[in-house]
Amino acid sequence: MKNSLNRNIPEFINGIGKIAPFTGAWNKLKKGWMDELTISPPNKAKLPHQKKLTETLKEAITKTSPKDGMTVSFHHHLRNGDFILVETIKILAELGIRNITLASSSLNDSHTELIKYIKDGTITKIWTSGIRGKLGKAISEGIMENPVIIHSHGGRVRAIHTGKIAIDLCIIAASAADEEGNATGAIGKSAFGSLGYARIDSRYSKQVIVVTDNLVEFPCFPLSIQQNFVDYVVKVASIGDPTKIASGTTRITKSPMDLRIAKLAADVIEKSGYFKNGFSFQVGAGGASLAVAKFIRKKMENKEIKGSFLLGGVTSYGVDMLNEGLFKTIFDVQSFDAEVSSSLYNNKNHIEISASLYANPYNCGCMTNKLDIVVLGALEVDVDFNVNVITGSKGYLRGASGGHCDTASGAELTVVVCPSFRGRISTINKRVDTIVTPGESVDVVVTERGICVNPNKPELAQILVKAGLNIRNIEDLQKEVEKIVGIPNPIERTDKIVALIEYRDGTAIDVVRQLKTVE
Amino acid sequence: MKIIKKAQAGSFESSDILILAEKPKDTKGRVIQLNSIVEKQYGDTILKTVNAILDKFEVADIHLVIHDKGALTPVIEARMETVLLRASNNQKGTMY
Repeated sequence: MKNSLNRNIPEFINGIGKIAPFTGAWNKLKKGWMDELTISPPNKAKLPHQKKLTETLKEAITKTSPKDGMTVSFHHHLRNGDFILVETIKILAELGIRNITLASSSLNDSHTELIKYIKDGTITKIWTSGIRGKLGKAISEGIMENPVIIHSHGGRVRAIHTGKIAIDLCIIAASAADEEGNATGAIGKSAFGSLGYARIDSRYSKQVIVVTDNLVEFPCFPLSIQQNFVDYVVKVASIGDPTKIASGTTRITKSPMDLRIAKLAADVIEKSGYFKNGFSFQVGAGGASLAVAKFIRKKMENKEIKGSFLLGGVTSYGVDMLNEGLFKTIFDVQSFDAEVSSSLYNNKNHIEISASLYANPYNCGCMTNKLDIVVLGALEVDVDFNVNVITGSKGYLRGASGGHCDTASGAELTVVVCPSFRGRISTINKRVDTIVTPGESVDVVVTERGICVNPNKPELAQILVKAGLNIRNIEDLQKEVEKIVGIPNPIERTDKIVALIEYRDGTAIDVVRQLKTVE
Repeated sequence: MKIIKKAQAGSFESSDILILAEKPKDTKGRVIQLNSIVEKQYGDTILKTVNAILDKFEVADIHLVIHDKGALTPVIEARMETVLLRASNNQKGTMY
C-alpha cells in the first residue's frame, strides 16, 4: 500500500505485524486521544529495609531471571562513551539468553560490537532512534531477519505506553546513585547531564537495574531516577569513557559555508514574525544548526529581546545564553557537554525533563508543542520539503530520527539548514531516499544558494521576500544543484525491508530496503 | 599529445581530485585507476569526464591514478588539463 506521502509500505511485516500507514503530520492527533490501548506499569513490592545493592552487574541481571525473547532497554545519554549496553548484552549472551529485543533510545559507534550478537541470534529485534557506523552498515546489508524499528524520541514514549516496546529489563547507567536507586547524570566523574530518555523506561520496565560508578551516600539527588521504580543497584568501576561521554564546551563551527547558512537562517528567523519577546527556541547541536544560535544571540542583544525557554539537546552555548539572561529557562532532555551537567545541577532555571514531557505526541502538551522556533539539520531535503536524517548518500543507515519530526511538528517555525550540496552529493533532491520528517511540518529550507519557503506558508514567503531575502522556488534550486553535481546513479535495493521508519504517532512514514551491492 | 614524464595535479582535499599521470609501463592505451568517495553514484560520470579530456588532448597511451574526494566536473576537467600539460612537458608558466 501507499501512505499519504506516496511511499510504498507493506500492510504486514513479519516480526512486527500489521502496519498502519502515515496519513498526515497531525491527522491522528486531531481526535484528542489515542485509540491504541495503553498498558499499565508493573506493580511491585519490597519489604522494609530490603537491600538492593548487588556485587556485580551479572549478579543483578541473574536476579531478574532473564529469559529468551525478553526486551532489554537502555538510554543513550552516555553517547559514544557507553560501556554498559554492550556489557549487558555480553552477560545475557553468556547466560544463554537468545531472541532478545534491544530497545535503546539510540545506538552509536560505541555499539559496533552488537553485530556479533545479532549474527549469533542473541539479538533478533531492535528498536532505536538512530543507528550509525559499522552497525548501520551491517543492518543495511541485511544481517537481521526482522527490520529495525526507527522511532522519534517522542514516538518511543508512545511505543512504551502502548506496550509495543514491552520492557522486561531496563538498565540505567547513572553517574551518581545511592543504595536505593535514586540516580542522576548531573554529577560524578562520568557526568552526562539529563537522564530524560531513561525516565519512561524506569516507570514501565518489569525490572530496573541502576548501574553507577559513583555510589553516593543516601540520598542521591536530584531524583532524575526515583528509588520507587528501581529493583537493583550495582556499583561498577566505570560506566563509560568520560572523554567520549561529554567533554569541555561545544564550539561553534568555523566553516565559512555553515556560518553563511546560519546567518541566512538567523535573518529568516528575525524577519519571520516569531522573533519577539517571550519566544522559545531549539537548535540542533551540530554545524550550521548550532551556529544559528550565535547569530540569534547577537540579534537578541541588539534588539533587547528576551526569550522564554530553550529546549532540547542542550549545549554549553545554550547555558551561556541562559546565564546572560537571554532566556528564562532551559528544558533539558539531553545534555551535550560537560558544562551543561554542572548548570543542570546548580541552576534552578535549568530544568531536567523526561522524553514524555519533551516530545510525546500523546499527552496533554509536550514541550515541542509549545515551541516557537526550531532549527534542524538534514542529510537531504526533497522538493516536497520532506527531510531525510537517517540514510546517507550510499543508502546506509547512518543517522538518527531523534527529535527531528517531533520538533518540526510542534514548532510554529521549522527551519531546516543545509548546504545545497556536500562534496558532490546534492542535498536538495526530487525525492529523498528515506522520509523521517514530513514536508508539511517543515516551513523553510535555508541553503547558501537561496531560501525556500514551503508553499503551504504563502504569508511567510511574502514577509521574507519583502524583507529582501533571496527566496527561491525549491524545484528551481533542485534543478540548479543537479546541473552542478550531475545525476547520480540510483541506489540499488532488494525487496527485503531492513528498517521501518515510524512517525511519532506510530504510523509508518517510510521503510528502508536492503542494499543490493555491498562494499 | 605524448606523455613523457610523471606528473601530478590536484590535492587530497575534500571536493578536490588528485591525479597522477605517467607513461604506461609495458602496455599501450589508457590505463585508468579510479578511487572515489562517490564511486557508486558518479564513478562512470568521472571516467567519462576524464576520457573526454584525454580525447580533447589526443592522448592515446597513459597511466592515470586518480583519487577523487567528490570533485565537481569543472574541477576534474581543470586538474586533468593541468596534469596532461605537466606530463607532456607543455606546461608554460612559473612552476617549470
